[in-house]
Formats: sequence, C-alpha cells, structure tokens
Amino acid sequence: MIATDTPSIGAELGGDSLRLTRRSHLGARDVFRLATLGLRGRPARAVLSAAGIALGVATVVGVLGISTSSRAQLISEIDALGTNLLTVSPSPSISGGTPTLPARAPAMVRRIGPVQSASALGAVGGGVAIYRTDRIPAVNTDAVSVYAAQPTLLSTLQGHVARGRFLNAATANLPAVVLGASAASALGIDRADGAVEVWLGGRWFDVVGVLDPLQLAPELDRSAFVGFHAAEHLLGASGRVVEIFVRTAPASVGAVQSVLAATADPAAPQDVSVTDPTDALVARADASAAFESLFLAVGGVAVLVGGIGIANVMVISVLERRGEIGLRRALGATRAHIGLQFVAESALMGGVGGVTGGLLGGLASSLYSAARAWHAVVPASAFGAAVAAAVVVGAVAGLHPALKASRMAPAEALRTV
Amino acid sequence: MIRGTVLELDRVTKCYAGSPPVVALGSVTLRVCRGEMLAVVGPSGSGKSTLLAIAGTLERASSGDVRVAGAAVGHLGDRELAGIRAHAIGFVFQQFFLVPTLTALDNVATGLLYRGIDETGRRRAARAALDAVGLGRRTAHRPGALSGGECQRVAIARALVGEPAVILADEPTGNVDSRQGAEIVELLRELNRLGSTIVVVTHNEGLARGLPRTVRMRDGIVEHDSGATG
Repeated sequence: MIATDTPSIGAELGGDSLRLTRRSHLGARDVFRLATLGLRGRPARAVLSAAGIALGVATVVGVLGISTSSRAQLISEIDALGTNLLTVSPSPSISGGTPTLPARAPAMVRRIGPVQSASALGAVGGGVAIYRTDRIPAVNTDAVSVYAAQPTLLSTLQGHVARGRFLNAATANLPAVVLGASAASALGIDRADGAVEVWLGGRWFDVVGVLDPLQLAPELDRSAFVGFHAAEHLLGASGRVVEIFVRTAPASVGAVQSVLAATADPAAPQDVSVTDPTDALVARADASAAFESLFLAVGGVAVLVGGIGIANVMVISVLERRGEIGLRRALGATRAHIGLQFVAESALMGGVGGVTGGLLGGLASSLYSAARAWHAVVPASAFGAAVAAAVVVGAVAGLHPALKASRMAPAEALRTV
Repeated sequence: MIRGTVLELDRVTKCYAGSPPVVALGSVTLRVCRGEMLAVVGPSGSGKSTLLAIAGTLERASSGDVRVAGAAVGHLGDRELAGIRAHAIGFVFQQFFLVPTLTALDNVATGLLYRGIDETGRRRAARAALDAVGLGRRTAHRPGALSGGECQRVAIARALVGEPAVILADEPTGNVDSRQGAEIVELLRELNRLGSTIVVVTHNEGLARGLPRTVRMRDGIVEHDSGATG
C-alpha cells in the first residue's frame, strides 16, 4: 500500500487534485440571503430592533417633507400673487427724523414705462390713534397704525376686502376708514355696513371696509387706512409718503428696480431703498426652517440610539448562535465570512428600519400636507440619505458583534451549545 | 505516505493552556484510508472529541503533523483551512445543527454554500443527497416537522453533499432513540459501502462493535487500534 503518488488523492476528490487549492468562497448574493435568513429566524426581535432607527428616520423624513411642502406651498402662493411687486421706501435717516419720500415720488414712479401701477402709503401724525369708542383711554391704542392710502393700494397689493369696500375717490375725502384684518379683530369689528364708527384722531370715522390678510404685505394687516385728502384735512397730516408699492410688467422687474431709487428721489437716490417683498417672504420661510434643525437633531439622536439597540441585539444574537457559527466554520466559512454575515444582517436591519421609517415619514408629511390642502413634496434626496444613513448606522452597530463572532474558536463554539 | 490515505495524524499532541496545563492528546498517530469506516471510542475525557476537532481542522495541534486529503494543514492560515473544510471534510454532529427556518433541501444545500457553487447547483446536489439518505420525499419539510432520526439524516446528507474526502461524525446517534440510532448506523454503513470514508466518534460500544475498525482511546492516547496499518 505504500506509494508516493498524490494523484490518487485527487481522484478521491473527483479526479481534480486542484480542488484542494480552492479556497472557501461566499458570493455577495449569498451574503444577502444569509442576512435575511438571520432576520427571518427571529422576526419579532428584528422588528423591535429596527423600530428605533425607523422612528428616527421617520422624524427626519417627516420634518423635511413637511417643511419642503410648506415652503413649496408658500412659493406657489407668492407666485400666484405675482412676483412683479416692488416697494420703495426711504432709508432710515442718519439725523433720526422720520424719513420720507418726496411728495412727487408716486407720480414720478408712475411715469416709468413698464410700471403698471404705483400706490403710495402716507404717514399720519404720530399722535393719531384709532379707538373703538371715545371712552377708551388714549393709551389703549391696540398697536394699530394709521396710514393714508391711495384707492389703488388694494389692487396693487392684490389684496381683497372681507367686508364692505376699499377707499374710492369719494370716501377718500370723507371721514371713512378701512381696517386691516388684524386691526379689525383687535378693535372687535366684524362688519363694514356704514353703521360702525371708530374714534380716530379726535373724531368719528365710518368703517367702510375690512380687509382679508394681505399676503404680500403682512406688516399692513394691523393698520387702518384713510384717504390722503381726509388725512390732510381731517387729521392734520402732512401727506408725507413713507412707502410706494409698484407693480411692473413681469419681464421688466429688474430694469424697473434699477431706476426706481433715482426716479423716486433724484436729489438723493442713496436715501431710497427698493425691495422685492417676495424675497423677504421667502427669506422668512427659510428662517422659520431653523426650527427644523431641532427636530432633525432629535431624529438623528433616535437613529443613533436605534443603532445602539441593534448593537445590543446583535451581541446577544452572536452568543445565542454559537452553534450556527461553529457549524458554518465547519462547513468551510472563513472568519471573514462569519463577520460579513453578521455585519450584513445588522446593516439589513438598519436598512429595513430606514426604509420603513422613510415611508412612515413620507406618509406623515403627506397626510399633514393633505390636511392643509398643500401639494405634498417629500424630497427624494432626504429619503435616500436617511435610508443610507440607517444602513451605515446598522453596519457600524454590527461591527463589534461581528468581530466577536468571527473570532470565536469553531471547536469551542460547537462544544458550548 | 500511504496510498489512498485521506487523513493522517502523526504524533499529534494537544495541550490546553492553564494551571496546570491540560494534555488532551498525547502523541496520537492515526491513518485513515480511502473507503474506510472506523469508530473512535473511549470514555468521556479520553480525547476523542479533540481528535475529531484536530482531524477536522477546527483546532490546531500543539505538535505533530496533520494531513487532510494530502495537504499538510499545520501551517495553513484561516482561509486555507476553511477551504479544506469546505472541499474535503463533511461533519455530522450530535445536535444536528440544522437551521430551523430552512427546508431540509436548503439545509443540505448549505453544505455547499462556501464552495462558490450557485444556488441552482447547490439545490440540485442537495436533492440527490437527500435521495441518498432516503429523504427524497421530505425535501420541503422544515426541521421542526421532522423526527430526530430524520433530522440526523438531513445533517448526514449535508455532510455528504459535497462528496468530501472524509466524513467526521461526532456521536451521530447521541440525540436519537435506539431504533433511529440503529437506522443511522445502517445508513452510514451503506454510504461507506458506496465509497464514503467515515470516521465515527462515539462512546457507544455497541455501535463501535458493528464497524470494521475500532480505535480505542484513553487518557489522550490510542489504547488499541484494531486496524492499524503501521
């Protein structure tokens, strides 16, 4: 029986002695199968472990979805109102006096070719306030401002009256007042049928109109408007112009914007500031998004805590599955294969949590948007990034348990079961 | 080298560190030829399980040479050893170690998982192996729906499916009743007749008596080898 030929051993293995030099091999698809197998083996545990990450991702995707939807909604509302509105106002003066525009400014601005309409807002003396009755102490002004307004103001701002009507050529000369939405509710007035009077500048004014909130000039909602003529003759105002609202042809907004200052005050154009109110509104929407970061931070912490939960479960799982680890090593798995299996399982758990959370977050933001009649927008990049982050957190959480599993001595793992 | 030797242990010792150190194997020499079937018997602590672990490359010998299917394993790294286990050794354990969520067929196919064979090929081979152990009609059953004896047959099919150079069975009848145990032994004998090389480690003297060769161990050494080939 003694011989030195090795081919017989090759024949033993099926006639191919090279098979011995073959290494252990595990395909990528099989790694994924092993990961799903591990999760299916203990489904309840897998679901509970993934829940933490799911919650975090749902928070992140939900918050981003809601804020994106709300911003998109605001921008579409602004677009509907027209982005061709500009405001002209005097820059705050260095001397400290109340800055004003020249009296001729509105007429000059109106002469710019592409300007469709220009409406001036005038100051009414500082001491003039509006009260519900003449019995109210002078200090209780309800913080309602009084302005002189041209009859075209409402159409220039594309605002609407809730009740009554805006000032017209006739009422602009009379003791008549139109209230902004907040001003009306501050004064407790909800009708404008000519039967309600307010105490304004020491005499009675008829309330002829109440406005809806002004989307493009929300700062005017807590104001009362009288005609320029009435302001000058009944309230002793000087007729100083403090702001001009300008509607231009949509294609010429930039061109008009560049000449407005010099037109409004040729002597001192540097004292005039020209703004696009839609810029301010969008900027305000962006600023309110700063609150999101708090929620996003909470979501991020939840994802991390979820990762710690997964790490915990995986450590226990490795201890419980010593037998399986030993068996796989006996079947030919390398240390790396064992480690890879547990990392893949952990990453998959994170991924399942991430996708579930992403869908929940998207659903939540869609429902919220639907309840507000918004067009729901769930940013795909946020969804993708959140799921990717969940997978990474899961994989990192699995590193330590996977290392433990891969270092387990196979004979010992088989014996201790 | 002996012609057709699939497993060769030459003056192998195994010593576990500790105070005092435990000598599990003290110079064991054993050769298993192609087509052989033998029992390694001995009381608890005689070193037979350590012998099986070293022969199966699950543990390294402290000294001595181990050759599996012609390859000296002493200086091989983890990946090479895993490759030898994947290609040349089949294991059968007392506790079966079946995956409860997998069908009998997929449990058997797991025996080829680390060989780089695609799933279709693994399943085809697994079906043939289940036929060979008489479970061709139970391929879709999960371990929970099988008796202990049937589970061990599935485990034997898993060891068999890769046509390894040697099958190492550790107390294969230890977890089944005596009737099923006898059937398992009969199955192993049948597989041996068909060409498989099988080493059975057991403390069951009755089982050992029925096999062509018996290696009796005590205190980490071979006390008697009925088929020593010198």
